[in-house]
Amino acid sequence: MHVDGIHDLGGMQGFGAVAHAPDEPVFHQPWEAVARALLVLVADAVEASGGEFRHSIERMDPGHYLTSSYYEHWLTAAATLAVEHGLVTRSELEAAAGGPFPLSGPVTAPPVRDAGPDVAEPRFAAGDLVRVREWHPPGHTRCPRYVRGKDGVVTRVDGIYSVPDVEAHGTERRREPTYSVRFDADELWRDGQRGVFVHVDLWDSYLERR
Amino acid sequence: MSDQGHGHHHPAPPSAIERRVAALESLLTERGLVPDGFIEDVTRRYESEIGPMNGAKVVARAWTDPEYKKRLLADGAASIAELGFGGAEGGHMVVVENTDAVHNVVVCTLCSCYPWPVLGLPPAWYKDAPYRARMVREPRKLLAEMGCELPAETEIQVWDSSAEVRYLVLPQRPPGTDGMAETELAGLVTRDSMIGVARL
Repeated sequence: MHVDGIHDLGGMQGFGAVAHAPDEPVFHQPWEAVARALLVLVADAVEASGGEFRHSIERMDPGHYLTSSYYEHWLTAAATLAVEHGLVTRSELEAAAGGPFPLSGPVTAPPVRDAGPDVAEPRFAAGDLVRVREWHPPGHTRCPRYVRGKDGVVTRVDGIYSVPDVEAHGTERRREPTYSVRFDADELWRDGQRGVFVHVDLWDSYLERR
Repeated sequence: MSDQGHGHHHPAPPSAIERRVAALESLLTERGLVPDGFIEDVTRRYESEIGPMNGAKVVARAWTDPEYKKRLLADGAASIAELGFGGAEGGHMVVVENTDAVHNVVVCTLCSCYPWPVLGLPPAWYKDAPYRARMVREPRKLLAEMGCELPAETEIQVWDSSAEVRYLVLPQRPPGTDGMAETELAGLVTRDSMIGVARL
């Protein structure tokens, strides 16, 4: 089964109210702080890039992802990376936990063998009209689904950063400028709302000129 | 928590998630990957040193020092560093200013990106599906539901932290605070106002 990223939630309908409280503790339970710290330690030990780190959460079973808290996501990612990099085995984890220990699913995208050349100079400047590429990469990306194929305007050129789509899938790296791109909410949702703009920060290769 | 039917209290058995956390922690500790005191130290820092009280100081400074505000809006990370705050998830900061005409609000639809040095770790609702799904689609409605009703003519700018920049909202200074000192002003600034789900 191929799921196109359950984590990519922008615009998904049917979730209902936000369980908002103006004050809540940093950690609700002691185990949350431990889970958070363990992911930091594992990501460090296996030298996971930001892309690999995020992808290890994104590969969770969609049902598990939506029904577990954020720190359970972090625990699952920590255990998954630890198993994939040979620090521990799944059977050791299950024996120690005295029960099942769900891990994230396998990486389905092929490793990136050739990242291609860096993009040293921004292709776009503030005010340029752009369209987000309409494509559905099999692995990690930071291009949210809700802006693909949509028209926007570049409002800011930021620094040059490693492309997550590349770094999540091997040791190759490609560096590109990122831009803040402004979308009119009515262009995104065609629902007639006015005076609402959504800014999304996107890597150079996610964009086309229009 | 009830002791009905028992003559004594005893702790609840660990839940499945607690057993899984303990399992991973003990296996990593056996392999020498958990430095002594690391977990306690990180926990203490995020519980008491790194949190919205830092962002509140930045906001109060911007309210009282127009030159600082100018620098803050031009280069967030460098100006925040002037007050001693920086580090992971704060290297490239953009500060967005609320006005009578424009309201800003921050979200991360793909995960939980958040400006740790000024706001600490994000609250649970910020990382949960409803907020991430809805804030980019129906922000005016969602803000009203969360207690932040905006006039229909107020423009809304939503910032989805999808790359390396992290955002801090500079809320408007509340009326009737003219005589207040910077430290007193900082006490008025809430976490929610710096995410953009509340006005002061």
